[in-house]
Amino acid sequence: MAWLHTWTGLIVAWVLFFVFVTGTAGYFNYEITRWMEPERPLAGTPLEYDRVALVENGLDRLQQVAPEAEFWAINLPHWAQAQRAWQDYSIEWTTLPQEGHERGRRGSEQLDPATGGLRTDIEPRDTGGGRQLYVMHYALHYIDYPIAFRLVGICTMLMLVAIISGVITHKKIFKDFFTFRPGKGQRSWLDAHNVISVMALPFFLMITYSGLMFFAQQYMPAAGAVTYGTDRAAIERFYDDLYGAHAHEAVSRPRADIGEMMDKALATWGSDTQLRSVFIQQDSGEPPRVKIGRAYGNAVLWREGHDLSYHADTGEPLPAEPEDNATVQSVQFMFGLHEGRFAEPWLRWLYFIAGLLGCGMIGTGMVLWTVKRRKQHAAAGTHFGHRLVEALNVATIAGLPAGVAAYFWANRLLPVELAERASWEVNVLFLIWGETLIYALFRDIRKAWIELLWLAAAAYALLPLVNALTTDRHLGVTLPAGDWTLAGFDLTMLALGAAFGYMAIKVQRRWLAKITDTAPAARSAVAGGAR
Amino acid sequence: MARQTASARYRWLVASRVLAAVLGGYALTSAASTLLALLWPLPLAEAVAASTMLSFVLYTLIIIWVFASQRLRTTWLGLLAATALCTLLSWALLPAGGSL
Repeated sequence: MAWLHTWTGLIVAWVLFFVFVTGTAGYFNYEITRWMEPERPLAGTPLEYDRVALVENGLDRLQQVAPEAEFWAINLPHWAQAQRAWQDYSIEWTTLPQEGHERGRRGSEQLDPATGGLRTDIEPRDTGGGRQLYVMHYALHYIDYPIAFRLVGICTMLMLVAIISGVITHKKIFKDFFTFRPGKGQRSWLDAHNVISVMALPFFLMITYSGLMFFAQQYMPAAGAVTYGTDRAAIERFYDDLYGAHAHEAVSRPRADIGEMMDKALATWGSDTQLRSVFIQQDSGEPPRVKIGRAYGNAVLWREGHDLSYHADTGEPLPAEPEDNATVQSVQFMFGLHEGRFAEPWLRWLYFIAGLLGCGMIGTGMVLWTVKRRKQHAAAGTHFGHRLVEALNVATIAGLPAGVAAYFWANRLLPVELAERASWEVNVLFLIWGETLIYALFRDIRKAWIELLWLAAAAYALLPLVNALTTDRHLGVTLPAGDWTLAGFDLTMLALGAAFGYMAIKVQRRWLAKITDTAPAARSAVAGGAR
Repeated sequence: MARQTASARYRWLVASRVLAAVLGGYALTSAASTLLALLWPLPLAEAVAASTMLSFVLYTLIIIWVFASQRLRTTWLGLLAATALCTLLSWALLPAGGSL
């Protein structure tokens, strides 16, 4: 079982490290996007608007732009937990599907709550933002999407096997958890790997398994293929059966007073509830429905039970739409846990830290593999496979984070008018990562570790400075203004810089101690190798 | 010379075990999850979704079983027999409207 754990772990470690780094960043993807669009104003107190006027104005506009729609939605300005940002006033619709099409066209418009007209928005720079980082954790980059998510799926499956076999390997998992023997080379790496892995074990199991669920039907298509079939229509039929499907009729402007419906909904929820949206739809054979939605909540099934329905023509309350079946609820529950959209800010930090521990688990595992075999290969002469693993390790553990920092540098330094600017931001990430790999292959591995760790430390620590030199959204402005999204980003970068600096100093001391005192080090390594 | 043969044999055994776990395990998981979907007393779409979700647990367990087993030949036979059995049962259970 130790064999299975070692090799399944090693094969996928670098991809998984990438997935964990980008996925962990994804827990703050809206905050990152906000930082990467410094043209947007500082967070201020949002103005109060007359909700009824906003809804009426939205309906006017929807009647003009989408007369034949299967739904209309008016999003009211509100603070959204999932996005951790103010949602602006906007309208959305989907047209009825045209003859020969399965789906209608979706549309949306941002409206100005003050004038009611189309909003002339600030044009932020062209950036991939936090979303681009987050999407890479399952879609990778430069690779076709269907291949990419399957590759990630295989790695995820191997990770699941590595986790389970890792637990089985540990006969003394409880005792190991309280064991740390620092400064003992391989044994310390093993202890560190154990402590980190066990600390967040439930998180790793949850995130791995729920990650597989997102593409479950694609990864494991047999049951669906045998019972439903493999063509598009069959797949469509499967999802319609699973999620429930309705035929829709064109919606029309509700005759009942929507203001009254909102008042009724507020009477049910409490008058300080934030209203999220007004949604209008007509299922065939059902009464026309107006759904008043409140801001999504803190439960894992974060969308459930956040709407009240009213008859569009009489204003009478309608029974809620049937709940999702238990299977769909289970799926949604796992998605909810994985994405953490329900999590309020502190819980989100816990997700972030658990994600970093995931990087730590994979990183210590990778290092352990090489430390365990280093002396053996050093004795037998240079071994290309071992050298490659060493180089990939340093390039991934220190080089990839430096690449991510470079992604943020590129956001500030690339000319604003550069063509395909957003894709150049990502290119910079991969260029830096690739260069660190080349560097690690040709440089003495000890020096490569120290230098690349310092590179990552500097790349993060200097980022707030670069920000201050290139924008007026720096700590000197954001802290006094109390804009914690922007200030929090810069502070987190400083903390990451400090963390990498700490690692660099530790590694440097250790190598220097070894160089000046080679004999005892070699002895202890032999003792470690015999273990 | 003898040592080299032993090492080659060892490599073949490892390759065979990996194949059994990855491909044999995938085949058995596919067959078993199909059978489970047909047996599960839920509306078909839900049964398919639920058994597909569970199939990853099954796959993991099969992989670990293959790597933990002492006799590789028995493992291969077990995998093949179980896959064949699940496939036959699924085929017998498949409603007339199925796609096979």
